[in-house]
Parts: sequence; C-alpha cells; structure tokens
Amino acid sequence: MLGKLSWAAIPFNEPLPIISMAVVLIVILAVLALVTVKGWWPYLWREWLTSVDHKRIGVMYVTLGLVMLLRGFSDAIMMRTQQAIAVGNAQGYLPPDHYDQIFSAHGTIMIFFVAMPLVIGLMNFAVPLQLGVRDVAFPVLNSVSFWLTATGALLINVSLVIGVFARTGWMGYPPLSELAFSPDVGVDYYLWSLQISGIGTLLTGINFVTTILKLRAPGMTYFRMPVFCWTALASNLLIVAAFPVLTATFVMLLLDRHLGMHFFTNDAGGNQMMYVNLFWAWGHPEVYILILPVFGIFSEVVATFSGKGLFSYRSMVWATLAICILSFMVWLHHFFTMGAGANVNAFFGIMSSIIAVPTGVKVFNWLFTMFRGRIVFATPMLFAVGFIITFVIGGLTGVLLAVPPVDFVVHNSVFLVAHFHNVIIGGVVFGVLAGINYWFPKAFGFALDDRLGKASFWCWLIGFYLAFMPLYVLGLIGMTRRLQHIPDPSWQPLLLVAEAGAIVIFCGVLCQIAQLYVSIRTREKRLDLTGDPWNGRTLEWSTSSPPPAYNFAVLPRVETIDAFWHMKRAGRPTVEPAYQAIEMPHNSPAGFITAFFATVMGFSLIWQIWWLAVLNFLAAATVVLIAGWSIDREHEVSAAEIAQMERARLGQPV
Amino acid sequence: MTIATTIDRAPTAVPTELAHGRGGGGPASKRVVVAFGFWIFILSDMVMFSALFAAYAVLRGNTAGGPTGAELFNLRNVFIETMCLLLSSYTCGLGALSAERRQPALFLIFAAFTFVLGAAFLFIEATEFARMVEIGAGPSRSGFLSAFFTLVGMHGLHVTSGLIALIYLSAQVIAEGLQATVLRRLLCWSLFWHALDIVWVGVFTLVYLMGAP
Repeated sequence: MLGKLSWAAIPFNEPLPIISMAVVLIVILAVLALVTVKGWWPYLWREWLTSVDHKRIGVMYVTLGLVMLLRGFSDAIMMRTQQAIAVGNAQGYLPPDHYDQIFSAHGTIMIFFVAMPLVIGLMNFAVPLQLGVRDVAFPVLNSVSFWLTATGALLINVSLVIGVFARTGWMGYPPLSELAFSPDVGVDYYLWSLQISGIGTLLTGINFVTTILKLRAPGMTYFRMPVFCWTALASNLLIVAAFPVLTATFVMLLLDRHLGMHFFTNDAGGNQMMYVNLFWAWGHPEVYILILPVFGIFSEVVATFSGKGLFSYRSMVWATLAICILSFMVWLHHFFTMGAGANVNAFFGIMSSIIAVPTGVKVFNWLFTMFRGRIVFATPMLFAVGFIITFVIGGLTGVLLAVPPVDFVVHNSVFLVAHFHNVIIGGVVFGVLAGINYWFPKAFGFALDDRLGKASFWCWLIGFYLAFMPLYVLGLIGMTRRLQHIPDPSWQPLLLVAEAGAIVIFCGVLCQIAQLYVSIRTREKRLDLTGDPWNGRTLEWSTSSPPPAYNFAVLPRVETIDAFWHMKRAGRPTVEPAYQAIEMPHNSPAGFITAFFATVMGFSLIWQIWWLAVLNFLAAATVVLIAGWSIDREHEVSAAEIAQMERARLGQPV
Repeated sequence: MTIATTIDRAPTAVPTELAHGRGGGGPASKRVVVAFGFWIFILSDMVMFSALFAAYAVLRGNTAGGPTGAELFNLRNVFIETMCLLLSSYTCGLGALSAERRQPALFLIFAAFTFVLGAAFLFIEATEFARMVEIGAGPSRSGFLSAFFTLVGMHGLHVTSGLIALIYLSAQVIAEGLQATVLRRLLCWSLFWHALDIVWVGVFTLVYLMGAP
C-alpha cells in the first residue's frame, strides 16, 4: 500500500537531522501562519503563485535560489567543520553515512537549485525588458517551468526528513548508484527530483530561445541585442541541446534501479563509463549554461558603471557563440583517467585549452571597457572587478587541469574542488550577486543599501580566497576530495584556514540578509523614481521601476546597440505617444497545480507507491489538458486604461 | 508605389533586414512563435533520442550470453509496422491540408485513419515485445536488450502520447471548430507526428536492418 515507506524512514534516533528538520518545519509553519493571520493568501495567489508575468516569475526564481543557497551553504559549513576537526584520532561529529549525504546534497543543491534558479531568474526578469517586449513567448509555460523547479527543490529537502539522500556525490556515478550498492531511496530522491526540475529547465530553454529569436522590439536586429540577451540565447540553446541528454541518462539509471535493466550495472553487459560519458555530455555544457549568462551580466555592469559602451561588442558575441559550440567538445576532460588513450585525451585536452581563448577575449573586452572609463564602484561593479581577477585564476587552474598528465596527478583531489569553486563562486555567484544588486531597483522600485552590499562583497571575496586557496595546496600535496576523516595531521592548519574562509563567507551572507532588511525598512528614502538609477544603456532602464505589467506602453523602436543610451542622447520625446490596446495573458494556476501533483507523484515514485504515482500523474496530465484546451488566454487592456496608467506613472495629470 | 511616396514613407518603412522573420521587424506573429517553439521542442526530443541511440550503439554487442538481435528480430513484422507508421504520416499530412482548407469533416476522417494506423503500429510493437519477454528476452536479460527496449519503447511511448493528443485535438476541432488557436495546435501535432517518423527511420535502420540476420 505505501511501498517502501514506513515510520522507520524518519530518523528519530539521529539528533542532528531531527533538530534541523524541526527548525525548518517551525520556520515554514511560522511563515504559513503569518501569511494566514495577515490574510495575504488571496494577494499571494493572485499576484504571485498564479502569475505568468516574467518579472514576477523571475523574482520567485531568485527567491528560490537564495533560500536554497542557505541550505546548500549550511551543508558546506558542516563539511568544512568536519574536515577541520576530524583529524588523526578525532572522528568529528558527522558519521560517514551522514557526511556522504551532505556532500551529495551540497553539490546537487548548489548546481540545480541555487545556481540554475538564480541564473534563470535573472534571465526571466531582464531578457524581455532588454528586448523591449511585453513577456516571454509562452508565459504560462514559464510558470510551469518555475513550479516544476520548485517541486524538485522541495523533494530534495523532503529527503532531509523522510528517508535519506544519495551518498553517491552529485554526479551519481554507477555502479555505486545502482540498486545493488545503494538499495535505499537516496538515489531515487536524487534522480526523481532532478528529472522533474529538469523538465522545467528544458521548457525554460525552449521558451527563451523562442523569445529571443522571435520576439524583439522593432528594429532590434541580432547585432543590436544587449550582450546579456546574446549570452542568455547561448545558454538556453545549450539547455535545449544538453538537458535532454541528462534526462535520457537518468531514465536509464532509473530503469536499472526500478526494472532491473543493465545499462550501467557491473554484470549482464552494462557499461558504467557510458553513464560517465553521457553525464558529462550534459555536465560540461551545464557549466556554460551557468557561466554564459553571468558573462552577460558582467558585460552590462562593466559598461554601465564605466559610462562607456562595451569594448568590441561583436567579438564578445562571437566569443559567446564560440564557447557555446566548443562546450560540447570537451566533456572527456572530466575523466581523462578513464583510459581512452593518449590520442583521445590529447584531443580533449587541446579542445579544453582552446575554450580559454574566447574566454580570454571576453576578459580583455571588460578590461578595455574599463580603460579610460568613468568607473563608479557601486556594489555590482565591485563584484565585476572581483570576478575578473578571481575568474582568471580559476581559468588558469582549469587550463592546468586540461593537460592530461597533470590531470592524472590531481584527478579527484581537492585541487579540482578548488578549481570549480573558483569558477563557480568567482564567476556564477559573483555574477548573480552583481545582477541582483544591479536589477533590484528595477524590480522593486528602490535600490539596495550600497554600504552593506560592499561589505558583503568584501566578505565573499576574502572568504572565497581563504576557503579555497588552501584547497589548491592541499590538492597538490595529495588530499583527495570527499574525505570524512583526515588521515594526515599536517593538513589540518590549511583546513582550519579554509574553515575560517567559510565563516567569512557566512558573514557575507549575513551582510546580504541585513542589506535586504535595511533596504526594505528604509525604502522610502531610496526610491528610484527615474527608472534609470545607474544611468543605464539598455531598454530595461527606459521604463519605470518597477515596470508596469505590460513593460512598455508603446514598444520602443531600436536604432542602435545600447538603444536607451542613444535615446537619452537624442532627448526624450515630449509628445505623448498614441497608446494602443495591449493584449495581456490571463493569470493561470496551471503551473502551481501541475507542480503540486508532480510533487506527490515524485514522492510516490521515490517510495514506490505506484498507485499514488499513477493517480497523480493522471491528475497532472488532466490539468495540462484542461489548461491546454482554453482558446482565449488573453485579455485586452484598453488604450484609455493604458493612457491613464502611463500618465500616473509619469506624474502627469490623469 | 512611386519614388516620392517611398521617400515619404522612409522613416516608418521597415528595411529588408528588419523584415518579419529576420527578427528586426518587431515581435513575430503568434503562429510563427508557436510553431518555432515547437520546432525547438522537437529538437530537444531528438537530442534525447540521440542519447538513447548512442546507448544502444554502445550496448548492442553486450548480449551477456543472451539472444542477439539477429535471433530476435522479425523483419517482416517490423516492415509492416514501419509501413503503418509511414502511411499514418501521409494521412496526417492530408489531415493537415484539409484543416488548412477549413474542412473539419475531412480532417476528422484523416485523423481517424492516422489514429488507426498509429494504433496498428503500437499493436504490432506490443506483440513483438510480449513475444520477446515470453521467450526470456526481456529488458533485464542483458545490456543489449535494456537498450533495445528503452530506445524502441521510448519511441512507442511518444507514439502513444501522440495518439492521445490526436483524440484530444480532434475533440477540440469538434467543439471549437478550426479556428486559429486550434489550427496552431494541429500544426504542432503534425510536426510531432512527422518527427516520430524520422526517429523511426533511424530505429528501423540502426536497430532492425543492421541487427537483422
């Protein structure tokens, strides 16, 4: 009746998960109670949960990413602490079984439920505004995407309370992840939550490729698009081309586990290295799915805060597209040690090094943009400068790892861990934080506190170097990754430095929470009434902050790159434009309800409660069919209403 | 148009590089957006199939002492199966044409043909699968058979969902008529159905013809 589920699934005898689970439950209940007492449910339902507005969905993605960042970060602190104290005779406070779940959850969450939602959230918010259009190509689908991502995040967190999470690392390599060696539900939590959120991500990719290629303001040719839109296009093309591979790979592993097939098993003709190859055929493009949009954010930030157009826009675009294609030709560098032979390894080593060329082009473009610019060191710009320096170091260690003989030496060591944290924190995280500080006034109509923003930047920067530079050294002297216990006491001093670094980063996170709190409390003093707080260059700054639901009352006409900059130079038109009626999509609960059923379905699949899974699959499918039936998905906002709203917005007599 | 009026209209006229479809002429029409988005979806589906094809190519020799393709495949049945699917694509095309001409009755007739042919394909596939499982050549027998059942079965699942969607869309045609929204969905459906044919041509060639005795 209930499959593998029983009371034994809840770890009552382990204090650590039980306490953390109790805290999380209390927080959730408190939030729900507050919302209920204050009577916010109708507002939340109407304006957020069922919203198909790309700006709202973007904000929800970023919120999800930030909340999950706290979860992933607490995993990180726990691991750092364990490694700092479990040296020699001391065993630390995390038993191996628990420690293995933590490093698996940390990687999975940070990649899929922190980095992805943050990047996709910023794309959601900014891309349609930068393109000068009113929404993405498929607004309802966009909402479905978000809620399916949230489903995945929820399922992963449920594993904290009910059952266990995978102990296989975030890549889930077989044969360890096969039923024979991971008989409990941990790997199933991993697989099903990623399958469900992966569908959401794929739909996002389809949505944004279509949006960027087919919906742009009049006059916005390809080479007039803001660089962020270019990088978003590249990233979403990669999603479309790479995520289906992950889906297929996970399907195979699930079939192995559930139906006793032999794709990746030790026996009966399975092939484990096929999993590793397929996984990284997705996994390497995934790296660029995350970093390319962030390159775009930095391009916008550097140009805006240097008061100059981006240096060599075209080379930036071509570099982006080159990376987009090359990213599919390097996957084998994740496992040079497979034994594919010298020639194969040489090919992938050379390809991996070649990717450094377009990336280098980008770095020089940013530097030359800053050269002789009037640089304003606001928080986003600090993150950009910190990124350029940090990312170059990460890139160089990457080139080092791309040399197969070197890779053989440091493979699976914490040198590698230091490398990818170097590019992901120094690149993706810094970029997302720059983007949040940059676009926050556009999203909410008031700016974030710059002092606390700067404090958080310095904590992140210093904390990062303290936490990960020691790992480079430790990796070179032979420390492998994922150690629950440190055999060599001489490593402890460096591990303590790394622990201190994690604490400094934690201070950065605290600064951000304080920044958010202070900014909201003092928002009256930091209102952005112009819609253009940074003297911006692209179209999102041409509308008010926050923008109206329809973004632009009249679609802007684009004649150059940096369209808004040139519009400002040409002077704003003083005549009121002739407003026309605008078609707006209805709100839709389809995404939320589908995701609800998908959550129960995922949970039932994990615990093998087949009847419940089938029932919920049918329910979700029915919702899709009902939502898909509707003929009339839009309502018209009349020209008179638009004129009234616009006059109110511009402070003219209504 | 005289030269004078051309010059007169120059500031508002759209230059050729900005024309619709090249992206610079403002947002594309809904029909273009929907169909384009669906093409991208089909592209992603093809990528998923290519991963399954790759897995099959890797595992096809790994029979683990079990039966090989040459011992299992019945080319005569597979040929009939293939003909059913290809023919259903033809009737699907005829249905699309009658939908374009706003002939709902004709569309429904062709949809019925398409459905029957698709169902026949599925029936033959299912009986083949059942026969193989019966003689102990099920998906858990060997890596080769896991890859075979998953690749072919995934295509079968796509055909099944295509048939369900066909019923659903036919109901829409009956209830709502051949209006623009429904026509857009039918366009997507036929793209999907033809794409499944392309995948099947790959399956027929790589799995059956290359694996046959």
